Amino acid sequence: MSQISESMPPKGGFSFDLCKRNQMLVNKGLKQPSFLKTGTTIVGLVFQDGVILGADTRATEGPIVADKNCEKIHYMAPNIYCCGAGTAADTEAVTDMVSSQLKLHRYHTGRESRVVTALTLLKSHLFSYQGHVSAALVLGGVDVTGPHLHTIYPHGSTDTLPFATMGSGSLAAMAVFESKYREGLTRDEGVKLVAEAICSGIFNDLGSGSNVDVCVITKGKKEYLRNYLTPNPRTYVSEKGYTFSKKTEVLHTKITPLKELVDVIDAGDAMEE
Amino acid sequence: MNVSDSTPAMNNLMGSEADSQRTLYPYVTGTSVVGIKYKDGILLAADMGGSYGSTLRYKTVERLKSVGKHSIIGASGEISDFQEIMRNLDDLILYDNMWDDGNSFGPKEVHNYLTRMMYNRRNKFNPLWNSLVLGGVKNGQKYLGTVSMIGVHYEDNHVATGFGNHLARPLLRDEWHENLTFEEGVKLLEKCMRVLLYRDRSAVNKLQIAKITEEGVTISQPYALKTFWGFSAFQNPTAGAEGSW
Repeated sequence: MSQISESMPPKGGFSFDLCKRNQMLVNKGLKQPSFLKTGTTIVGLVFQDGVILGADTRATEGPIVADKNCEKIHYMAPNIYCCGAGTAADTEAVTDMVSSQLKLHRYHTGRESRVVTALTLLKSHLFSYQGHVSAALVLGGVDVTGPHLHTIYPHGSTDTLPFATMGSGSLAAMAVFESKYREGLTRDEGVKLVAEAICSGIFNDLGSGSNVDVCVITKGKKEYLRNYLTPNPRTYVSEKGYTFSKKTEVLHTKITPLKELVDVIDAGDAMEE
Repeated sequence: MNVSDSTPAMNNLMGSEADSQRTLYPYVTGTSVVGIKYKDGILLAADMGGSYGSTLRYKTVERLKSVGKHSIIGASGEISDFQEIMRNLDDLILYDNMWDDGNSFGPKEVHNYLTRMMYNRRNKFNPLWNSLVLGGVKNGQKYLGTVSMIGVHYEDNHVATGFGNHLARPLLRDEWHENLTFEEGVKLLEKCMRVLLYRDRSAVNKLQIAKITEEGVTISQPYALKTFWGFSAFQNPTAGAEGSW
């Protein structure tokens, strides 16, 4: 009987061979890996006229820095922005999805989006995936009801806070906020405090680094300050210069500008065929 | 040469008799200790809580003690292991006094003794489950060091154990500078302890600050920090979204 099953070709799909072994290891006391707070410091705070969001710019792949200058502050609506920590694909996908849902909703209602709308859409999506969509978000914006700041956890719970931090550098940033935050900050004080908190995360947490991005949202206006601070510049410049070594002889130089090879058909109907 | 000799040794290494003698987990624990160097000496701060798992069982545990004339020690982790360490240190200081040679152990010596003690216990798989901060002044030289339960030791201008590493060290790195006055030092330590009180679940609002200078040791009376909970977002978190939280 067993010989017949062995000769069957392997079917596609998920192979459950290791599940039994994993269960056996758990029974023996192996602790399964818990949720990773992947390298990030993201913060938000409410000041007198609105909301300020901040983020570092390092994307890590285990111990390697995959992207030195990525963007963690995502656009949701003209008056709402969202910082994302956790799996980069999850934060991108979930914020893009809710951003388009908000746009459709704006067309449908004819009104400016509200922060609680984004909040509810995000939290119900994340809850329905029971924490498997690993996105920890700091959502902030200003709408007709005033400035709002929320944190959203991967399992779908939310908090409404005057100041918030998420990510592996959250403790370092929270230490700065807890000691220096007060109500009614001005714009400049708020931006300075956010930059300080992100710098605290950058310099004290290994998972965060590179530059500081800041986004200031007030009633009717937003300022996206990309690379507001660059405290980690590349300082080493080789004195020898970056040229070919060992007398590489240049025999022939031909420069072909690529743009001229492309014919641009003016005002063609792009999706005709 | 004798094959039978090796097997009892192998058995004892991970055998059942050895297990019952080893420290496997801590029971009554203290939370973070924070220490800084300042102009005249060293300042240490620790709260007075002893947690039994998730219960805040003991609220008057003195986690800062003086060691001889020149040092103070602060401990986080298992309280009974700290009491054992204090017994060993008191014996050490006593024997040193009995020599009656005019010399006394300074903070460097005590720190080294602690490091050896912790590392040797770790090598026997029976650690003293503590992270210690050791500070002192001798002959005008200030010294501040730390030892962990596996024997990792170093000295620095500011140290912290446990949660203090994540919450207090960033603040200290930003705001510590050479020649803090006593008032500035206490203010800085209180700032760190306040953040720990907000964000560490095992912290209690009853702390002591210990000061050591060339003149001697002073451990303050227990006192509480002022906290602020009056943010408008805390008063009505669901304004604009009734039914959410």
